Amino acid sequence: MFEMTKNVLQNLMGKSSTRLYPFAKRETFERFRGTLDIDVDECIFCGTCAKKCPSQCIEVDIKGRTWTCDSFACVYCSNCVEACPTQCMTMSNVTKPPAYEKDVIFYKGKPKEPKEKKAKAAKDEKPAG
Amino acid sequence: MRTILPFGPQHPVLPEPIHLKLVVEDETVVEALPNLGYVHRGLEKLTDIRDYNQMVNIVERVCGICSCIHSLNYCEAVEKLLGLEVPQRAHFLRVMWGEIHRIHSHLLWLGLFADGFGFESLFMQFWRIRERAMDLMEATAGNRVVISTNIVGGVRKDITPEQKAWILAETDKIEKEVRALEKTILDDYTVKKRCCGKGVLTKEQAHQLGAVGPMLRGSGWAQDVRQTGYAAYGQLDFEPVVEYDGDSYARSKVRFREVYAAADLIRQCLAKLPEGEINTKVKGKPEGEVWHRVEQPRGELFYYIKGNGSKNLERVRIRTPTFANIPPLLAVLPGCELADVPVIVLSIDPCISCTER
Ligand code: SF4
Ligand code: SF4
Repeated sequence: MFEMTKNVLQNLMGKSSTRLYPFAKRETFERFRGTLDIDVDECIFCGTCAKKCPSQCIEVDIKGRTWTCDSFACVYCSNCVEACPTQCMTMSNVTKPPAYEKDVIFYKGKPKEPKEKKAKAAKDEKPAG
Repeated sequence: MRTILPFGPQHPVLPEPIHLKLVVEDETVVEALPNLGYVHRGLEKLTDIRDYNQMVNIVERVCGICSCIHSLNYCEAVEKLLGLEVPQRAHFLRVMWGEIHRIHSHLLWLGLFADGFGFESLFMQFWRIRERAMDLMEATAGNRVVISTNIVGGVRKDITPEQKAWILAETDKIEKEVRALEKTILDDYTVKKRCCGKGVLTKEQAHQLGAVGPMLRGSGWAQDVRQTGYAAYGQLDFEPVVEYDGDSYARSKVRFREVYAAADLIRQCLAKLPEGEINTKVKGKPEGEVWHRVEQPRGELFYYIKGNGSKNLERVRIRTPTFANIPPLLAVLPGCELADVPVIVLSIDPCISCTER
């Protein structure tokens, strides 16, 4: 009982442990996984991210050059970010803002450059493994 | 006169959806029948469509409160199958995160326990301390609860020297603040009145019914899976926390003292943290079968894994500590007062979503 009195007094005198949330926001930590984004110009549409995702929320269309992520299904594990060969995906430490409706992150990449076509042709010549 | 009283699945003092049919005679419980299955999610079945690396993130979601230790167990089991040698630094980091997790789990439980008596202020005190542990996890691993830090082959992130110093300082603060609350909860008249001698599990019963974790150690058995020395525990100095009364009070005391033990383990772990790599490259597909046990805040966690040489595992079987603790719970309920049921059920630290997966 008397043990608690000290604590009670400290709580009364000291500053509050909670924040007035919408007005006072806490800084997030540097490593916090908050928002997923992708720099679509760097993306080669290899589909590695879609294969690695445990919640299977990424869809990569290699022909149509589109990258779609259902960000409401994403669990922010950063498997995709680590697997991406061109490191075009990023996780920033900003909390995702509340949304009024369900949306998806959608990107359409630039059409393929001819240089890539040649590289692909060279690859096709190799016997399939 | 006998009456059957439904208790749960939604009950004001229980955060977990367990349904107990209590057969009461006047105010005394004479029998308790459990009914589970309210939150079954079929996570084990997901092995059919997710590969073994993705399963790490799925087993973490078996239970939010001990997610890190679930993935630790799973990763160690898969590493056994693959014959992978994990770097020492990864082992120590796994133990560090595991123990931070244990602190956060025990503080959460202590808060809920206090809340079960109606001590709302004490509940907030515990959760305020717990916030420190959550911050530690967010800053070092990237998330607060499901921290996704273990991967097959090691851990995902390393800690910097500044973070190391900060973790040590915060651990000391957590320990100091918990110690300040010790007398308030353990010496309190109401708490003693409602816990001492309530829900007594004798030493023999604990052994026969297969109790695990604080339930077992509260009944006088010095058994802890951490003694088997998985991950880096073999290189740390560790003694299981034991109490002898077997009642709700003994169990809460075990959890209280385990917070200190966990803080001590974090300190040892950081003092001995070796330099080097934090993960290795994973090659091959798991083949064969293996089982692995680790100690969760609630007790022993058991994984059985069978691989067939493809990227999907054939079977993952998880036995969680609450599952093992339900028979002892049913054994201690008969004979108690109806009003004591919530506190006794809370004292096993039930985690029903774990049990049903
Ligand atoms: S892994 Fe990277 S490069 Fe490949 S499709 Fe995904 S975002 Fe694009
Ligand atoms: S963060 Fe995880 S869940 Fe989200 S898209 Fe990437 S792999 Fe999928």
